Amino acid sequence: MNALPRPFADWFDTRGWQIHPHQQEMLSRASESTLLLIAPTGGGKTLAGFLPSLVELADGAHKGLHTLYVSPLKALASDIKRNLRTPVDEMGLPIRIEDRTGDTSYTTKRRQRADPPHILLTTPESLALLTSYEDAPRIFAGLSRVIIDEIHALEDSKRGDQLMLALSRLETLAPGLRRVGLSATVEDPGRIAHALARQPDPCRILTADPGPEPDISMLVTEEKPPWSGGGAAYAIPAVLDLVKQHRTTLIFHNTRAQAEIFFHNLWLANDDSLPIGIHHGSLDRQQREAVEAAMVRGDLRAIVCTGSLDLGIDWGDVDLVIQIGAPKNVKRLIQRIGRANHRYNAPSKAVLVPANRFEIVECVAALDAAKAGDLDGDPKGPGPRDVLCQHILICACAGPFDAEALFREVRTVGAFAGLSRAAFDDCLDFCATGGYALRAYDKWQRLKQVDGLWQLRDPRSAQRIRMNIGTIQDTDTLKVRYRGSFKPLGEVEEAFAATLTPGDTFLIGGQVVRYEGLREMTVEVSRRADRKPKIATFMGTKFATSTQLSARILEMFRQDSWPDLPGHTQDWLTLQREVSKLPEANRILFESFIYDGRPHSCIYGFAGRNAQQTLGLLLTQRMEAEGTAPLGFVSTDYATLIWSVEPVTDPVPLFDPDQLRENFDTWLRGNAVMKRTFRASATIAGLIERRTPQSKKTGKQATFSSDILFDTLSKYDPDHLMLRITREEALRGLVDFGRIEEMLSRTGGHIDHVKTARLTPLAAPLLLEAGRVPFAGEGRERLLEAAAERAITEAGLAP
Amino acid sequence: MNASTIPLCDIPLMARPAGTLWQPGARALCVSDLHLGKSDRLARAGGALLPPYENLETLSRLSDEVEATQPEIVICLGDSFDDMDGATSLDDDCRDLLLRMQAGRRWIWIEGNHDPGPISVGGEHLGSVSFEGLTYRHIAEPGAVGEISGHFHPKLAVPGGGVARRCFVWDGRRCILPAFGAYTGGLSALSPPIRTLFGTEAFAVLTGRRPLKVPLISDGHRRSSRPRQGSAYRSG
Repeated sequence: MNALPRPFADWFDTRGWQIHPHQQEMLSRASESTLLLIAPTGGGKTLAGFLPSLVELADGAHKGLHTLYVSPLKALASDIKRNLRTPVDEMGLPIRIEDRTGDTSYTTKRRQRADPPHILLTTPESLALLTSYEDAPRIFAGLSRVIIDEIHALEDSKRGDQLMLALSRLETLAPGLRRVGLSATVEDPGRIAHALARQPDPCRILTADPGPEPDISMLVTEEKPPWSGGGAAYAIPAVLDLVKQHRTTLIFHNTRAQAEIFFHNLWLANDDSLPIGIHHGSLDRQQREAVEAAMVRGDLRAIVCTGSLDLGIDWGDVDLVIQIGAPKNVKRLIQRIGRANHRYNAPSKAVLVPANRFEIVECVAALDAAKAGDLDGDPKGPGPRDVLCQHILICACAGPFDAEALFREVRTVGAFAGLSRAAFDDCLDFCATGGYALRAYDKWQRLKQVDGLWQLRDPRSAQRIRMNIGTIQDTDTLKVRYRGSFKPLGEVEEAFAATLTPGDTFLIGGQVVRYEGLREMTVEVSRRADRKPKIATFMGTKFATSTQLSARILEMFRQDSWPDLPGHTQDWLTLQREVSKLPEANRILFESFIYDGRPHSCIYGFAGRNAQQTLGLLLTQRMEAEGTAPLGFVSTDYATLIWSVEPVTDPVPLFDPDQLRENFDTWLRGNAVMKRTFRASATIAGLIERRTPQSKKTGKQATFSSDILFDTLSKYDPDHLMLRITREEALRGLVDFGRIEEMLSRTGGHIDHVKTARLTPLAAPLLLEAGRVPFAGEGRERLLEAAAERAITEAGLAP
Repeated sequence: MNASTIPLCDIPLMARPAGTLWQPGARALCVSDLHLGKSDRLARAGGALLPPYENLETLSRLSDEVEATQPEIVICLGDSFDDMDGATSLDDDCRDLLLRMQAGRRWIWIEGNHDPGPISVGGEHLGSVSFEGLTYRHIAEPGAVGEISGHFHPKLAVPGGGVARRCFVWDGRRCILPAFGAYTGGLSALSPPIRTLFGTEAFAVLTGRRPLKVPLISDGHRRSSRPRQGSAYRSG
C-alpha cells in the first residue's frame, strides 16, 4: 500500500482529516490502466480522482500535460479548478492547473496549445476540438492520466460516445494512458466500466461507503393536488414553509417552463421576501453565474432549478432537496437527493411534491423503488454511427489517416467494440462522398485518398468541421432581451417565438414580459407589471417515466387497497375499479365512452410519454383506415386518449403487431418527430452544418429546412446511411418505438375492451392535459380552409 | 380548375398549387427560383455533401406542370441556376428532361442575381419580358404596376394551420412567385422586404394540395385575442 507522501499527510493532518478508504485505494491502485470509482456526492470523490496526479506531479519533474479532467458541465470544470487550487497552494506544489471550455478566451486557448498546463480541465466538446488540431500529437504527448467526472451522466448519451472515441485517439497519441471514471450510484456499474475501459482491457470497480440512508418523503397537503398539469401551484405555501425551516433548499423541476411558472408563483406568495433564485439552461450565462455566486456565498435560501443543477457542483450548505413533479426516473431522483448535505455522514433529506393526482401514485412508487435501491436503466444500443461519422471528420482535420488503423482504434471503444468493417466503411464513404447510390460527387468529395491515406480535399473544410463539433442538439433558440437594451434575458425556442403575437405576455427569468417583436433574430420584449402571464409555457422536453417505474405503478394497482396513498387518491382508484378496471401489466386496457357528444377511446399502455405519443399517431392512422375518422389525441406517460367521429367497436385489429410495424415504417417517412430525429443525426454526422463561416451574413432565405433533405433522400435514396441511422434512433428517444414493442410483448396483445356510459375516473385527467395533437389528413385541410375563410370574413373582405 | 385566380390589371392569371403561374392569354407558364446546381456549389466550397437529387426533383416537378398546362411559352423567372457554373453540374438525365420540355415551345431564362448572364443550355436569355402588358422580371421594382417577379422566396404560416408553406403574394397590381427549387428556403411574406412592396389589401396564395388564399395582415394588426390551444396559463 502506498503511504501518503509527506506534504500530503501533513496537509491532511493540519486539516484534521482522515484519508477515506476509497481515496487510499485509488492511490494504491493508481498504476492500473482503468479504475471506476462509485461514490456518493460529498464522498471526496474528486480528490480521490486527483490525488494520484497531485502525488505524481509533486516533485515538479513532469513537463507538459499530465492529467486531463473531463466533466459534462463547463461550470463543473471551473468549480474543480477552484477546489483543487486550495490543496495545491497550501502544500506549495509546483502544479499548473487550467480549464478550457467554450467560454475560454481565444488567446488563452492558443497559449494552452503551445504550452499545455500539467492539469487541464475541460468538456467532451472542447476535447474533441483539441484532438482535431494538427498539433494534437504534441499537445497530448506526455499525457498520463485522464479523469472523467460524473461519467454516469455522460455514459448513456452521444456526448459520452464522442468522449470515448476521443479517448481512443488519445490512447494512440499517448500510449499507456490511464483512465479513471468517477460516478454517482448507478444501477449497473459494469456497463459504465465497459464503456470506460479500452477494449479488451479490464476495468477495476471501486465502491465507496454509500453513507447513511437518505430521508425521503412525499409532501401531503390539506389541499388536494389538481387532476392534471405539472405546475404544483397548490403546494406553494407548503414549499415556502419548508424553505423557512431549512438553511438552503434546492427545488428541482423536470422542465424549464415548470421551473419558471413555479418561481413566479413562489415570489407572488413570498411575503417574507426570502432570498430565492432561479437557475436553468435557458437563462443567460451572466444570470446563471450571478445565481451560482450568490449560492456559494450562502446568500440564497432556495434555488428553483432544473437538470442544470443535477451534477456535482458543490453548493455547500444545501440541507433540503424538493422535487416538484414525479421524478419519472428513480436514478435521477437518487442523484438529486444526493445534492443535499454534502457532508459525508449526514443523511440527505428530500421531499417529493406530486404535481397532480396521478403523480401521487408515481411518487409513492418512486419512494418504494428508492428505498429498495431499485434503480432503472435502459439497455444501451450499439455505438451511434452519426457520432462515428463526426469522429472520422475530426480525425481528417488533424491530418491524413489510414482507414484500417482508425477502424482498429475505434473498435477499442466499448460501444463500438462490435462494429463491423463494412459498417465503418459505410461511415467513411458517407464522410468522403456523401454515400449516395444514384449519383456521386466525382470531383467534389469531402475526403480523398492520397497514397493510401485519407485526407480533406479542401483544407478550408477543416474550419467548417471544427465549427460544427459536438453532439448536443440545441434546438434553434432565439435570444430574448428588453427593447433598447443589449443585456440578454435568456433564450426561447424558435418554434415558441413563432407562436407569439405582439402584446402576448410570457415568463422568462421569473419575470412577466410583453412580446414586442422580432429584430435581427432577437426576441424583443418590454417589462410588464402583470401578475399572470398570458402564455406561460415555452417548450422543453418532458422526461418519459421509466420502464421500471411504470412496472412498479402497475404492481401497485394490483393491491386490494392503498393505505400508503392519501384518501382522495384511494377513492379515485377505487372508483376506477368499480366503474371500469385498473390497468394490468399483462393486458392492454382499452376504454370506450362518449364524452361531450363524441366517442372517446382511452388506451392504457404505460409505455412512457414518447411511446404513448407514437402509439397515438399509429392508432389514429389505423382508425382512419378502419373508418372511425379520428379527430385527434392526447398522451401522458401512462395513457393515450383518442376522439373520433365513429366509436371503435373492436380494438383488437388495431393492435395487430405486424400491422402496427408496417404502419410504423410508412409513418416514419412522413412524420414530424422522425424529421426531427433525422435533423439531429444529420447534424451530428455533418450533413447539416449548423454554423458556417458565412452564416452570420446570410439570412433565413439561404437556409432551407432539413425536412426537404429528409423528403428528398426518402424519395431517391431510401436506403441511405442517414435514413438507416434515423430508423435506428427512432426505436429510442422521441419516437421510442422500442417501448411499444415492450408493451406488445408484455401484454401478448391481450386487450380488455371496457365500454362505459361516461368518462372513467382514470381517463378524466387526460381531458385536461395540454398538447393535443389534431389528426392530420383530409380533415385537417378542411380545417385550414375554414380558418382561411374566417380570416377573410374577419378582415371584412369577400372570399 | 384547381388553381386560384389572381388577375393583374384585369389580365387573368392563375396561381397553381404547385407554385407555378399560368397566364392563359399568352399560354405562358412561369416558374421562379429553381436554384439548379445548389448541392454541387456547396460541395465545391468544401461544405456538406447534400443529397445530389435536387435537380432531378425540381425538373421532374416542372415537367409535371408543363405536361398539365401544355404552354407555348415557359418563363423561368431568374435564379434558375444557383450560380453561373450551375448548368455544368446538370447530369445527362436532367439535360434530357430539360430538352424534352423545351421542344416545340419558346423557353425564356430571365436573368437573376445568382445567374446574371447566359448559361450553356438552350433557350433565350433576357433581362425581362412582357406579355399582354404584364412584365416578368426577377426582382420587383418599386412602384411597378402589372409586374410579376420572384427572388424573395415568400412563405407563410397560417395560425392553426401548421408549418409555413411557400406562397404567392398578390395585391392586384403585382405578384411575387414562390421559389420552385427543391433546396430553397423562404422568407415570411409578412417580413418588411416583401410586405412593403404591397398595398394594404394584399393576399398570400399558399401552395399545397389546393391553393389557399389568405389576407396578408401584418403582425402588428393581427388580433391577439385569438384563443390558443395547449398553451394557456393554468393556475392548477
